[in-house]
Amino acid sequence: MAERLLEIRDIHIEGHTDETWVPIINGVSLTLDKGEVLGLIGESGAGKSTLGLAAMGYTRDGCRISSGSVNFDGIELTTADAATRRRLLGARIAYVAQSAAASFNPAHKLIDQHVEAPVVHKIMSREEAMRDGIELYRRLRLPNPEEIGFRYPHQVSGGQLQRAMTAMAMSCRPDLIIFDEPTTALDVTTQIEVLAAIRDIVEQFDTAAIYITHDLAVVAQMADRIKVLLRGDEVEEAETREMLSHPREEYTKSLWAVRSFQRPQKPPAPAGSTPVVALRGVSAAYGKIPVLHDVSFEIAEGRTVAVVGESGSGKSTAARVITGLLPPTEGVVEFMGEPLPPSYRKRSRDQLRQIQMIYQMADTALNPNKTIAEIIGRPVQFYTGRTGRERERRVDQLLEQIELDPATFRGRKPGELSGGQKQRIGIARALAAEPRFIICDEVTSALDQLVAEGILRLLARLQDELGLSYMFITHDLATVRAIADEVVVMKDGRVVETGPRDEMFRPPHHPYTDLLLSSVPEMDPDWLDRLLAERGVENIGDAAADRM
Amino acid sequence: MIAIMVEILGLVLGCLALGWVFRAAGRRLTGNRPYFRDMGMGVAFGYALGAVLLVGIIYVYWQGKTAEGPEAARYFFFNKAVEGFILFAVAAWVFRALGRRIGTAGSRRLFRQMPLTAAFGILVITLYALTAIFADFLAPYGQADVFDKVNVLPGGDPAMGGDPRFLLGTDQIGRDLLSRLIFGAQNTVGIAFATTCIAFFLGGTFGFLAATLGGWVDQLLGRLVDVLMAIPALIFALLLMTIASAWAGSEKQLLTLYMVFIIAVIDSTRVFRLARAVAGNIVVMDYIEAARLRGEGLGYLIFREILPNATSPLLAEFGLRFCFVFLTIASLSFLGVGIQPPLADWGSMVRDLAPFINFAAFSPLTASLPLMAAGAIALLTVAVNFVVDWMLYRSSGLKE
Repeated sequence: MAERLLEIRDIHIEGHTDETWVPIINGVSLTLDKGEVLGLIGESGAGKSTLGLAAMGYTRDGCRISSGSVNFDGIELTTADAATRRRLLGARIAYVAQSAAASFNPAHKLIDQHVEAPVVHKIMSREEAMRDGIELYRRLRLPNPEEIGFRYPHQVSGGQLQRAMTAMAMSCRPDLIIFDEPTTALDVTTQIEVLAAIRDIVEQFDTAAIYITHDLAVVAQMADRIKVLLRGDEVEEAETREMLSHPREEYTKSLWAVRSFQRPQKPPAPAGSTPVVALRGVSAAYGKIPVLHDVSFEIAEGRTVAVVGESGSGKSTAARVITGLLPPTEGVVEFMGEPLPPSYRKRSRDQLRQIQMIYQMADTALNPNKTIAEIIGRPVQFYTGRTGRERERRVDQLLEQIELDPATFRGRKPGELSGGQKQRIGIARALAAEPRFIICDEVTSALDQLVAEGILRLLARLQDELGLSYMFITHDLATVRAIADEVVVMKDGRVVETGPRDEMFRPPHHPYTDLLLSSVPEMDPDWLDRLLAERGVENIGDAAADRM
Repeated sequence: MIAIMVEILGLVLGCLALGWVFRAAGRRLTGNRPYFRDMGMGVAFGYALGAVLLVGIIYVYWQGKTAEGPEAARYFFFNKAVEGFILFAVAAWVFRALGRRIGTAGSRRLFRQMPLTAAFGILVITLYALTAIFADFLAPYGQADVFDKVNVLPGGDPAMGGDPRFLLGTDQIGRDLLSRLIFGAQNTVGIAFATTCIAFFLGGTFGFLAATLGGWVDQLLGRLVDVLMAIPALIFALLLMTIASAWAGSEKQLLTLYMVFIIAVIDSTRVFRLARAVAGNIVVMDYIEAARLRGEGLGYLIFREILPNATSPLLAEFGLRFCFVFLTIASLSFLGVGIQPPLADWGSMVRDLAPFINFAAFSPLTASLPLMAAGAIALLTVAVNFVVDWMLYRSSGLKE
């Protein structure tokens, strides 16, 4: 029987909104032994992060623990005084946040921030802490461990920063680390490095961890046990393998089933038909920095082309060239066989209407001060000239098309909608223009899996009904598998490989496509081990770099 | 000098000791409740210092209440300040309590979340607005009416050199000061309000244009504003007012109009900076890109997409800017180039009545005459700032 480290019993947490206390966590219990890793999963708003923070006896501003107990190694954290908590936090309990970029102070070097905790807690002297930091960097397989600590946060990549953050959490050799979605903001290829590094170091030091994520495949690699949360309630908890193979509750099963949505690939467009949009030898640059090099691909009528690649590969830039926001330095964009003016300012209203865009962040894509009826009604009026009653009727019709009840939603503002609903409004706004072609820029990456699947199904249905063509920008291959007819793989501003979807997912691949494909976590607890063994590597980061 | 330093040191040490005792007692009496348990020494010191100051104020106030004759004059202003503070605090509390019970559900909720300072600010601003609007009914005489009795002392007591007809007395040429104080609200506040509106119209429009268009328009407007801002505002205003007074000649009303425009232009540079910065954060949003790609014109972008999202910082700035404009006008009037007689305004009232401050030692009531005009300016400035603070707090979304 392993030693009990953390025990949270029947905890209730409330948040303060509009003068009342709203429950966030309704009596969840949790235990963690020394050296054990517990995965917490659930949709956004399930209370995962709140529960993770409560394990440190901490709540965000405006929240409070209303009842229950948090017992960490014999110390009751809910009633502990400030001095006791200060001694524990950082030294024995550490926290790794989702965005390492936002958690490091940009004005100080990595190592200076690293040594702070051990020095403050009087565990090591400054020199010892520095030596130890370099050792930790080495163990986390950061390149140049001797000197990387003397860089500033903006001088290292996102994946490296996340590993440096983990090293910092390790600096006092805590008994418990709370990882709050540490890889969510990273590309798949980088995610693997971080996952492997975190798993190794947690094993090496026999640290207990709470791993919070919404990605099931990730948690399957990391956790010994998994606990599923839904709106502040526990759904179920089980050993990882048990949970993956035999989920008990309906909700868990639905989570597991999400990745199964797949639409049959459509036959390729008949030869000789005019593509809706075609890029012909397009190069583009931001100022003097070239971003796209001789990019050519076509999007056929009624088809979905997925453009895949890591961040910085130029996929969003290609979209900006098509919309005319960034005039290309060379090459042309054709629409229905006709070359489009390079800048959107020179395009006619009808040309603008035909090409619409749906954005990744629905939060910034909808004006927060306008009602839904205004947001959707404006393009209706602008492009089709409908006003008054007619315009309202069309708005209602569009809302029905995106499966939202017109009477409830037309008067609301974006702030009163959930993430998925906002994204639906973004779709409705694009549809209001009655376009032929829609660019979907990472439309599902900010959403939970269940919600994302709903959006994908909606887009697929609309395509069938209205004969739309999509350009689907994504880095998530599960999305590609679900909805694409053709795939364009991009890297460093060039097209690496193109082809029909089913072909792309069958070997042989271009080495880069292969790297991308194999980096997508699978719902198999042995996947990461197998992959690492296959790649046969000490240092995954280097291996990935070698292949590129 | 050394004696004062020793006294201050004694006060600090005394408060530290008192704070320590207070904290220890709190821990003992409440059974070590977290509030006292986790209290820092700084907080305890603050409580002690606050208590000492409160006792000190009550003691001095009591001294003033019981003192008589010339001795009482020493405490006159202090006691009036304490009484004024309590009066306004109570008035604000009553005002807020009323607001919480009367009105629509929305306004009642607003009042429930409102701090006392904001209630005070809103109350004072409302009173000023009412005074300005109904000045003609409130004032006993016209602002330019000249009476034969000059230099009547305030208080309305004939034995003390007053006159019941003129509650606050008359000035050097026999104008009723109460009436002029009331009309001052109309002139000073009204003109300041108009000036601020013009400043916002100019600064806001150009700021939004610069942010939306970018490129050379942004550069040109930005550098132009830099040049204007490089010259100290008050000196620049004085310079321009001197030129304007030559243009206006004998047309005194025209000079006021010039002043409004000069101050508006100078202050619009500050508004420009803010509007451009706020709009700069908004134009990078995807919904602006979506509107641009839709083919929307500049007017729609600025007024329908950007402006609604910029209102709260601009509104807060409006409050602050109003104070500055108001003070600039008062300063210019004090220097003699602002609002021209016979129009009453507080700035020039302070200047005209300033000599009376010398009577403070033996006739505090007379000395308070220039202070009333100055206090009217100060009170409105404080009130506006309280309301602005509250609005900023609300718009920033900080709830705790």
